[in-house]
Amino acid sequence: MSVILFTSLLFGTSILAGLLGALTGLGGGVVIVPVLALLFKVDIRYAIGASLVSVIATSSGAAVAYVREGLSNIRIGMFLEVATTLGALLGAYLTARMSSHWIAIVFGIVLLYSAFASLHGRKQEPLATEASPLAEKLKLTGCYPDPTGEKRYFAQRIPLGFGIMFGAGTLSGLLGIGSGAVKVLAMDHAMKLPFKVSTTTSNFMIGVTAAASAGIYLARGYIDPMIAMPVMLGVLAGAVLGTRILVKVNTATLKTIFGLVIIVLGFEMIYSGWSGRI
Amino acid sequence: MTKPTNKELDCSTAKMLKAGVTMAAVVVFAGGLLLLRHPFIGIPGYSHFHPVDRSLRSIAGITYAALHLDPRAIVQFGLMLLIATPVARVIFCLYGFIRQQDKLYIVISSLVLIILLYSLSKGAH
Repeated sequence: MSVILFTSLLFGTSILAGLLGALTGLGGGVVIVPVLALLFKVDIRYAIGASLVSVIATSSGAAVAYVREGLSNIRIGMFLEVATTLGALLGAYLTARMSSHWIAIVFGIVLLYSAFASLHGRKQEPLATEASPLAEKLKLTGCYPDPTGEKRYFAQRIPLGFGIMFGAGTLSGLLGIGSGAVKVLAMDHAMKLPFKVSTTTSNFMIGVTAAASAGIYLARGYIDPMIAMPVMLGVLAGAVLGTRILVKVNTATLKTIFGLVIIVLGFEMIYSGWSGRI
Repeated sequence: MTKPTNKELDCSTAKMLKAGVTMAAVVVFAGGLLLLRHPFIGIPGYSHFHPVDRSLRSIAGITYAALHLDPRAIVQFGLMLLIATPVARVIFCLYGFIRQQDKLYIVISSLVLIILLYSLSKGAH
């Protein structure tokens, strides 16, 4: 294949991945890695390296829009980043130790979980009315605008949330994805934060988490310019486009279609890893 | 020195993030154009993993080769700028916490910064 054809195909696919990732809130990484590995027959380590840099680009890009709304909680984000960055270091080390078969299988499982979480929808947990001593001490509280006025919220079950975040960081470092679905799980269900706060704070953390494994990926030679260039530019362009048209399209139908695509990719990754084709 | 409110802390990081991502994308794009100077040569095989050249794996190597206008190193340099953006954000927040004199969060954000610098030091040589 010629360089120009390879680059154009990768660029086009990445635009689509970034677009779908932004419209459904799942991020571009969960699509681009299986597509690169299954369709383009690129070794999964190159795919993971390219995906990780595109994750940094989209999360920092999207954070600009979120930050303006002032909903992300910098203290909660910074506190949990201790867990996600430590996890990301562990994940990046595991990538070198694990065979690509196992990486593909774990990837498939995460895809299935992400699809399930996206199709299932989110249910707002009742917010706590007072802070636990630990939340008070760590200042893990905040305010968010509500139809009835400013509402205060308090983070609950902090050790559990911190633990799940460590797991989210490990998956991010192992698979080169943002693992937003797991981060949201920790903040929605374990820490019982309001939706909008956990979505924006999770996005804010994704870039820092990814940067923690990117240094190790770079040193190990996973980031190949020939692959990372079209993927990073494509996913970023797709994500920017996606956030622009987000208000105009019906995301419910799109979410269902995309969810089904992810399920197919998930089973395909597990099968490919199991049968040794990846 | 006035203490910044949390909201101000937020907004100053937004500008920085935007600048970082834009700059990185421009550099990667420029390197990409140079990479495609000979558009019809074949691509190397990517189906088996061989780590990229040693000179494209370290901060010093990438910077050196990028200054000599090696297209692949220019792309890597752009990606390095991208990786540096979240690190700069943590430094920015640390500075904000220092100005707010929030001792606990000065410690927490320093910890995150140390972890990030540890990872980047792996790619330093």
